Amino acid sequence: MPLDPVLLARIQFGFTISFHIIFPSFTIGLAAYIATLLAVWVRTGQERYQLLARFWTKIFAVSFGMGVVSGIVLSYQFGTNWSRFSVVTGNVIGPAIGYEVLTAFFLEATFLGVLLFAWNRVPPWLLMLSAAIVAVGTATSAFWILSANSWMQTPTGHEVRDGIAYPLDWLAIIFNPSFPYRLAHMLTAAYLTTAFVVLAVGARYLVAGRHEEHGRTMLRMAVGMIAVLAPLQLFFGDQHGLNTLKYQPIKVAAMEAHWDGSKPGDFHIFAWPDGKNEINRFEISIPRGASLILTHDPNGLFPGLKSVPPDQRPPVVPVFFAFRIMVGIGLLMIAIGLTGAFLWWRGKLFETRWYLQIVQHGWPLGFIAVLCGWVTTEVGRQPWIVHGILRTADAISPVSAASVLATLVMFVVVYGIVFSMGLYYINRLIVRGPQGHAVDSPGGVPGRPLSSAHDAAREAMQPGG
Amino acid sequence: MEWYLPVIWTAVIGAAVALYVILDGFDLGIGILFPFAKEDKERDQMIASIAPFWDGNETWLVLGGGGLWVAFPKAYAVIMPALYLPVIVMLLGLIFRGVAFEFRTVADTSKKYWTFAFAAGSTLAAFCQGLILGGLIQGIKVENGAFAGGAFDFATPFALLCALGVVAGYALLGACWLVMKTEGAVAERAREHAKLLLVAVLAFMAIVSLWTPLQFTRIRARWFSAPNILFLWPVPLITALTALMAWRWLDQGRDIRPFFAAIVLFMLGYAGLAISVFPYLVPYSVTIWDAAAAPASQIFMLLGTLPLLPIILTYTGFVYYLFRGKVREGESYH
Repeated sequence: MPLDPVLLARIQFGFTISFHIIFPSFTIGLAAYIATLLAVWVRTGQERYQLLARFWTKIFAVSFGMGVVSGIVLSYQFGTNWSRFSVVTGNVIGPAIGYEVLTAFFLEATFLGVLLFAWNRVPPWLLMLSAAIVAVGTATSAFWILSANSWMQTPTGHEVRDGIAYPLDWLAIIFNPSFPYRLAHMLTAAYLTTAFVVLAVGARYLVAGRHEEHGRTMLRMAVGMIAVLAPLQLFFGDQHGLNTLKYQPIKVAAMEAHWDGSKPGDFHIFAWPDGKNEINRFEISIPRGASLILTHDPNGLFPGLKSVPPDQRPPVVPVFFAFRIMVGIGLLMIAIGLTGAFLWWRGKLFETRWYLQIVQHGWPLGFIAVLCGWVTTEVGRQPWIVHGILRTADAISPVSAASVLATLVMFVVVYGIVFSMGLYYINRLIVRGPQGHAVDSPGGVPGRPLSSAHDAAREAMQPGG
Repeated sequence: MEWYLPVIWTAVIGAAVALYVILDGFDLGIGILFPFAKEDKERDQMIASIAPFWDGNETWLVLGGGGLWVAFPKAYAVIMPALYLPVIVMLLGLIFRGVAFEFRTVADTSKKYWTFAFAAGSTLAAFCQGLILGGLIQGIKVENGAFAGGAFDFATPFALLCALGVVAGYALLGACWLVMKTEGAVAERAREHAKLLLVAVLAFMAIVSLWTPLQFTRIRARWFSAPNILFLWPVPLITALTALMAWRWLDQGRDIRPFFAAIVLFMLGYAGLAISVFPYLVPYSVTIWDAAAAPASQIFMLLGTLPLLPIILTYTGFVYYLFRGKVREGESYH
């Protein structure tokens, strides 16, 4: 069987970017959480916030390391695997990547060094500031990369000459029509992802009867965050969907497996889209549900897949199911957040064992939802790599399929080893839990004898201390 | 404007690559020297001397690659496919050594594997960077603005020579860094290594300097035709003098000067190669003007780069200042 270089390049990129996105999804929120913990520590002087911050900083360090190295790969893969894409779009979205490096990557990388290693060298406010800078850096990075991605979905502000895109209006390029929605949706997703990890770790400690004070702090902070953000995310998602309907209606048709645009759309709770016969099998549907959601009118019409020829449709099955899983998890998140808030209000959050036992396993929810969301939007954009400008099949590099296959195998092996070990080590840090004594930084929280501060600093510098 | 914008961008990206080579050079060098440490305590000390910096150092690689795409998309789109295998293997090497920083501290029984991963990943990344360098200097086959060669075009004896040279060069930077930043047995051994590596690096530089004009007529013409030779003859002389000074400073027990001498040595080699290939970005077919992005794009990016680069350099300098002084024996991670 001859190897298809386009398919191999897509599998390779899909593989590396899927692994990569797991880490920013987590570290964007975690950086903000650590900055918050340090801010509370600096304000109140309460030791437990510092211990919690140090505990999460260790986990952050392991995750961020994996995010950095898997991210560097991507900045080169545009060239190695998608060189035609690089030439066609370089004038327009190249600067977004350039600004991401200059305004975000250097900030994160440099101040993470301070946050990790300067506990005995700088005052607490500078640690807090470093954490805040890292948090701002991660969010800034999301700003630029989502701007570039959104331009690939809804390109504006450019003109195409001889097949190459040239910039006309930078504000229109950066703030293209889908960007604000995608940014709000993704940042909220990142903060939710982190909140569910913190929730699960806190619940795990309470269930096990270990580190209970820390567990309660984590649980309170996470439940508060989720109860606010999960419902908000439903709103952002809905707005994002309406925006997609306006600019990429065929993607929405694939998300809803809606074939015939002359009739109102049902919302399919389950279906098996059959592309060959252009129908759905095994449908379980809410009649006119999709029309109600998308047009806010049960009789509203929106374009169906059949309105374009088959070679302009994305693969329906992955888009349809990824979208359903994402929405399902989103609704589950709302339920978990509101239930937790209710229990907290009744003063029973820490005693309700069934709730704790469920949510301690909820840490993967955010990650799965993020991955499914990206599958929805990226596969849903096919067959285009840049909507309406460049087809994915025309974007690849003049590289032999054998080279792509060989490196794909290497990526799978290396990522398999590195990331499974990373997960194992993160789990071990969690099992070990927040430990040791608080560290006094120079000019730190007053009122503690210097000798204990010195011992604590020594201890903090031991591996795993 | 159409003429000088690509020149400015060449300077910016050239500076980014130079900073990358110096900064990640010394921390990759620590990885290359890892197998020669006597015990784990020493390796902990070595890694502690670079732990706060490595991530920022590697970001210059992203700026180099990303910057090439932004400013010279047509060169980026030729070079990356042409050097596909060494680029991707380099990235895989960087993955292993990058995660090893954190994994080594949280691992117990598996620490030795991550020690190995750190050493092997660093060496592999340096080796591949040398292959990339060699692959560029010897030229890339281009037709209709796209790479038109085979997957192993880069693999020549010359590229192998460059690869070994870069490994030795990074190890030299790493050894001099250890002389500067550590104490005790680690620093003493690094001083001995630095001398050996200094000789090796000089040898590699000499061979490359003789090989390139012999094999590539363009490079011969660049260096040895009048009037160029009148301006260029001091380059090898200054290189020899710098190496001599580095040797003396190492011998006299100086801690800081050898590192900066090694940097100067690197920059002279870098300048020599730049003189050899300029104005080609893809030797010997695509010049910096052929490859340039639209002027509007280069200007838009430059407007941000000019204020942002000094800011980045300032806070990078601040962090180096914050972690100034020597890492003592037994002092290790966060």
